[in-house]
Formats: sequence, structure tokens, C-alpha cells
Amino acid sequence: MQTILEFVVTPWTYAFMGRAFLAAVIVGVVSAVLGTYVVLRGMAFMGDALAHAILPGVAVGYLVGGGARGPLLWWGLGAGLLAAFGIGGISRRAQVREDTAIGVIFSGMFALGIVLISTVGSYATDLTHFLFGDILGVGANDLYVIAGFGALVLLLIVAFYKEFMVISFDPVLAATLRIPDRFFHYLLLVMLATTIVVSLQTVGLALMVAMLVTPAATASLLTRRLPSMMAVSAGIGVLAALSGLYISYYANVASGAAIVLVCTGFFALAFLFAPRKGLLTTLLADRAARTAD
Amino acid sequence: MRFHPTHRHQAGQKSILVKDVVVRYGDVTALDGVSLDVEQGERVAVVGPNGSGKSTLFKVIAGVIQPQRGGVTLFGSAPRQHICVAYVPQRSLVDWSFPVNVQDVVMMGRVGRLGLLRWPTRRDQEMVRDCLEMVDATDLARRQIGELSGGQQQRVFIARALAQQAEVVLLDEPMTGLDVAAQKGILAILDKLRELRVTVLLSTHDLNQAAECFDRVLLLNKSVFAYGDAARVLSSAHLAAAYGDQLRLVDSGNGVLAFSDTSCSGGEDAHADHS
Repeated sequence: MQTILEFVVTPWTYAFMGRAFLAAVIVGVVSAVLGTYVVLRGMAFMGDALAHAILPGVAVGYLVGGGARGPLLWWGLGAGLLAAFGIGGISRRAQVREDTAIGVIFSGMFALGIVLISTVGSYATDLTHFLFGDILGVGANDLYVIAGFGALVLLLIVAFYKEFMVISFDPVLAATLRIPDRFFHYLLLVMLATTIVVSLQTVGLALMVAMLVTPAATASLLTRRLPSMMAVSAGIGVLAALSGLYISYYANVASGAAIVLVCTGFFALAFLFAPRKGLLTTLLADRAARTAD
Repeated sequence: MRFHPTHRHQAGQKSILVKDVVVRYGDVTALDGVSLDVEQGERVAVVGPNGSGKSTLFKVIAGVIQPQRGGVTLFGSAPRQHICVAYVPQRSLVDWSFPVNVQDVVMMGRVGRLGLLRWPTRRDQEMVRDCLEMVDATDLARRQIGELSGGQQQRVFIARALAQQAEVVLLDEPMTGLDVAAQKGILAILDKLRELRVTVLLSTHDLNQAAECFDRVLLLNKSVFAYGDAARVLSSAHLAAAYGDQLRLVDSGNGVLAFSDTSCSGGEDAHADHS
């Protein structure tokens, strides 16, 4: 008994681990809830692209700020918004499909970010932090920013719940109800960019899309209505954040990747064993039905 | 329950007035100078071959697509000033795996009336219940939409149009893929809509049904080939002109039999997406 308690409590005795846990949990909840719309609207590629596209912004912030954390956020957010509106603008005006526009813009911006960062001598470590996160380096101020923006994103999801649901389920209905479809789509992109930027330290931008997509995809296999999908997705996000960090602490592996792998594990379990939609469950049900005939 | 307009409708105006509407998708012309008018409470069948612009016409009337030329008025003003026009999509174009149940879908019809930052009240919930009752789907309220039969799916979407307090309902091929009993169920609901003075446009491939169950028939293939009484509109000359190769006409002594290719539905929507 003693040892289990110790196992659970020990990491929290370090202040930096406590902050890491809090940051991971907040990011887990916010990205998992927002992720339901990413999954339902088929925006996984867009989410991945936005995450990569913030790199040049972060790089500029890093170059001008001389390592200070504060400006990184705003520069990253700026780059994310630029990418979101750029992709929207190109795919609407020119004769270019949206996924093509995403591919062109995100790889271009990602490359620009790497070029910018590589102008600094010892860029490898810093680049690694941006790509894969630096959760143990989360300071008290970072935590306030993460919590503040996270709360804002959740608030918007609740406030515009019915509008987001309608534009995602039936755009034509949204149009006949005179709901400004495009405004809410861009609002969602802004919320996505914000979430990605505040999650930068926790998981890093290379694996960000997993935090958005995997818990929500898992929840979609387990639930039948949007509110419960959001709740289950958030629960998986929290569980993955906590257990991923414990794994990272005890096995001494990269924390962001550990969190993502736990998410993937949850998805695999749901994919196979989900009560109604699991692969094995439906196979067994089919067989049972056939023998009953 | 009262179905009434919340937007002011000018008295004595046509329910729908379409004037010389032209819609192009790139180089493809979907509608070429379409004009028609529909009285309040009237029920009109829209027939025409696949790709004849039926869905596009509905979306122009609903104010979802802006025509390049011409225009539409509903009760005397532009469609975008109304939220009383409902479009019931083809079933093949709905994401039936979306995590919503029947109540949720019908409640979506209330969203336009609720406005921003308002949650459904008890009145809205009662309204959803009443609308489900009207389409005889009360017992389906908690079902996930993917678990419904074709006829049930169609009825739920009509309930959503009722919850929207629609006075113009546009049904895009609702009968496609339904068995006779389910089609009768839909027709019975259309009778209830007529009692509420709701104007209905319904696109179909079933020329018999169009002739028997509707006040007027619109024969469309990018432009209007004929519009009016079924007997006059569905003459072999008109049909041959509108359908061309897609329809075979056989003179059977007792009248003309028409065979049309109805196997593929939804084809014309490939480029009709407004977004």
C-alpha cells in the first residue's frame, strides 16, 4: 500500500512536476474537447498543418526575444492565424483544393521556421523543445497563460455550442437559418491555433494533432451524442496526460510522446472492444447472430 | 402549437417568386433563365432528369446559393431575410454517423429562432415534441439518427423543418429509396403541411406520383420546359424535350408509358455544394 502511494505522490513533491501535471491536464482537456469538432468536421490535416505552421512565428519570437517565453506565444499565435486565413483564402479564390493549399502553406511555413532557427548556433536543443515539448520547463507564468487561454477556448465552445453543431452537421441548414457559417469556421480555426500555441510546451507541435484527434476519435467510438463525446474525450485527455507523465517520470522517456502513446492505446482498445462500434465486438455479434439463425 | 411567421410577410405576395435565375458552376450552367411562382400552401412536384438542376433550384430558393443573374423573393422579400424556408436534404448527403439523436436534430431547427447565446427553453422542447408527434415519430426521440430506417430519417428531417416554423419546405428527392408504405407516410405528412398552409416543393423521379399527388408540376432541365397542371406538363412532347435520351416513351394504347433512368440519385449535387 505504502509503495503505491509513494509511486503516485513522489513526482508531485517536485514543484516543476506539479506544474507539468497541471499543464498537461489542462491541455489534455481543452484539446480533447475542441478535438471533437476537428474529428467531426474532418479537419485532422488542418490541425496538423496549423501546428507545424506556427514554427516560423515561434522562431521569430525566439530570435527577437532572446529565449524569453512570453513573446513566443504571441508570435506563434500570429503565425497560426496567418496560416489559417492564408489556407482559407487560397483554397477559396484560386482553383486549388483545400488539402493542396494546406500542404503547400504548412510545409512552406515549417521550412521557414527551421531556416530561421538554424541561424542560431546551438539550435538543435531549442528546435527539439518546440517540436516535442518541454513540459518540465513550464513556469508559473506559463501555467497562468495555459489556464487562461484554455478557459477561453472552452468558454467559446460552450457559448456557441449549437452554432458549431449546426455548421458541422448540416452546412445547408446553417445557411437557411442564416448562421454565418464562415465566421464560425474561422472562429474555430482561431481557437485551434490558440490551443496549439498554448500546448506547444506540453506535447510540442510535431505530435499536437494526436492530442486533438485521438481522444476525440476514441470518444466517437464510445458515445452517441455530442455532449457525451466531449466529456469522454476530455476524460481520455486527462487520463492520458496523467498516466503519460507518470510513465515519462518512471521510465525516463519523452513526456509528450508518452502522453500521445497512451492516447493511441486508448484508441486501439476502443477500436477493438467498443460496445457497439468495436471491431471484435461487431464481429462476435455477427457470429452470434449467424449461429442463432 | 402555433406555426406562425415571425418575419413580416407582405399580404397578397406569392409564397415563392423565381425570376429569370441563372446559376453557373465554372463553365457548367446549372440553371438557365428559370422563372416560376408558387402560391402559399401550394404543393409542387419538380421533375427532370439527373443533373437537371433541381437541387440547385432549391438552394437558390432557400438563399443558400446566390444566382449569377435573376433573383428570388419569398413573400415579397429576398430569401436571406427569411428563416422560414427549410431545405430537407437528400438522404445520401447526410452524415448519419454524426453523434446526435432524433431530438437533437429536430432541435437544430430551433437554432435560428433562438439566436446567439440562448439555450433552448421548455417551450422549445415542447415544440420539438409536438413536431415529432406530427410526423408520427414520438417514440424515436432518443434514437441515434444512424439507427433509423429511410422513411424515419425523412420524417425526422421534416419534423426539423416544422420546428424551424418553415412556411416554405423544399424536399430534395425524399421518396428515393423508400418503399410504398414509407412513401405513403410522407404523403400523409404533406397533407398535414397543406392544412398549415405550408408551401411545399418536392423533387422526384416518379412521374405518376407527381401527376397524382401535386397541385402543379414543374418540368425542369436547366430551364423550365413546362409548368402547370400535370396533364398538360407531362405530355409526351414535353417529356421527350426535357429528358431526351434519358427517357423512353412507349405508346401503349391506353396512353403513353414513360420509363426513366432513376437508378442514380444525388448525381447533380456533385458541384452543388454551397461552401
